[in-house]
Amino acid sequence: MPSLTYVPGEEIRRMQWRAFWVGAIAMAICIVGAFFSRVQFFQSYLLGFLYWTGMGLGCMAIMMLHHLTSGAWGMVIRRPLESASRTIALMALLFIPLAFGVPSIYSWVNRTGLSQEQLQYLNVPFFLIRSAVYFAVWLLLAFRFSSWSQRQDTDNDASLIRKMRLLSGPGLVIYSLTMSLASVDWIMSLEPRWYSTIFGLLVIGGQLLSAMAFAIVILVLLASRQPLSEIVGPRHLHDLGKLLLTFVMIWAYLSFSQLLLIWAGNLTHEIPWYLRRWHGGWMWVGLALILFHFFIPFFLLLSQDLKRNAKALGLLAAFMLVVRALDLYWVTVPEFSPAGVFHLHWMNILVPIGIGGLWLAVFAWQLRLRPLLPLGDPQLHQALEHE
Amino acid sequence: MSQQKKIYGVMAEFEEAGELLVAAHKAREAGFTRLDAYSPLPIEGLSEAVGFESTRLPLIVLIGGIVGAIGGFALQYYIHVIEYPQNIGGRPFNSWPSFVPITFETTVLCAALAAVLGMLALNGLPSPYHPVFNAPRFKLASRHRFFLCIKARDPKFDLEETKEFLLGLEPHEVCEIED
Repeated sequence: MPSLTYVPGEEIRRMQWRAFWVGAIAMAICIVGAFFSRVQFFQSYLLGFLYWTGMGLGCMAIMMLHHLTSGAWGMVIRRPLESASRTIALMALLFIPLAFGVPSIYSWVNRTGLSQEQLQYLNVPFFLIRSAVYFAVWLLLAFRFSSWSQRQDTDNDASLIRKMRLLSGPGLVIYSLTMSLASVDWIMSLEPRWYSTIFGLLVIGGQLLSAMAFAIVILVLLASRQPLSEIVGPRHLHDLGKLLLTFVMIWAYLSFSQLLLIWAGNLTHEIPWYLRRWHGGWMWVGLALILFHFFIPFFLLLSQDLKRNAKALGLLAAFMLVVRALDLYWVTVPEFSPAGVFHLHWMNILVPIGIGGLWLAVFAWQLRLRPLLPLGDPQLHQALEHE
Repeated sequence: MSQQKKIYGVMAEFEEAGELLVAAHKAREAGFTRLDAYSPLPIEGLSEAVGFESTRLPLIVLIGGIVGAIGGFALQYYIHVIEYPQNIGGRPFNSWPSFVPITFETTVLCAALAAVLGMLALNGLPSPYHPVFNAPRFKLASRHRFFLCIKARDPKFDLEETKEFLLGLEPHEVCEIED
């Protein structure tokens, strides 16, 4: 093994400031836009908030998955995953504007057409309390892992790996439960009369897919330079590509299961959700999702050569990040278009870019704080061996 | 030409998986192309080392899968739309979401059958006789020894030279195999 210290390079600092300025300028433009169309701003803001919160949470979940299962694939992306999980703090901060936007986003604020039981759950104070609890739990998890991982770098304390493993099991359960509830609150309640019991898991699957695609893109970028170019080989990319394929299949499986159950049930409170997403041009978005979110990545990722090729896998992962945004658009935005016709407001693109810029800046800043590999991990040398 | 015994190849026996891997690489470097390795456990990189070329099996599996997908869907379409149409809760006869699970199952079934049968067809199994079993200690290949065989079909094959080459790799033992 070459005796390198794996200090993050200058390019990460450059990325941090570029992302920051892109994010700051985009957000500034959108805040100006908010004075003209407050409702549209908050609806677009929800999109950006959901996409980037999901990215951080997905990264945290994959990190816990790696602590439980170990393996070389996770060792090379652990630091990016940890940095991404610390961005949940930024998203907790960015939830505050959303709290003011609740009346612009959610129709249940009007209390019309809902039963007494629903209103006991869907009201602004309880909604805000629940969201605060979710963020508190996630931040606790993210920073617990983060501080253990930092201590591991210097202390050489073998018990830390055990601690992280012990927390990962319950951590994944806690993440699944809280994220299921959060997906009901933040997304499903956009249409308060509709419910699907598989929905929380579908959102979680999507987050894992986003996070895996993001980790692959970051790893491919990092591995194009010293020092990680010495370490990261086709073996690591192959495993990460297999996991990406897994998450593509999980998303497709859960999405189709939801459709099939609702199709088979054919109930009046369930089918409007799909009817809304099948008319007024939304059908084309849905068909694009079937093609680009499942069939194309599925067949491409079957290829062993593609999974072992850094450039091809990186490009596909970047493509998946775009398709994930399209999926979120298809799930969320039809609820905002009263006429039921497909529409694309410029803020629906610019606000997610703005939040994304700020998110990436915080991510890069966090990535620079520590070595690019968990140097104190006893299993690290195994992960770095050549094929 | 030769009236005496016909030779299938020369077999070298190794004690370690790593030695077999190194030996396979050296044999390839020396220009041998028709070689095969036998090991009780999978060794990463060994199939590349013996010059394993990709087969037509993936194509056979793909065709099996496509036949299964089309066949499965067509079967359901024929039953539910043409032969025995039933109004089930007002859904269209071509109730395609309900057809997907069965279509998926028939796809997997036909692809798996194509994989197994195609594999057997391509590698010539079941085969009641194979010359490598003439090597006296070959049964150890399923226990703790590793074997490398250079076949007589190899254009570079010469009984004595190949034997010498294999002995140069410091194996546990080298033996000729009758066909």
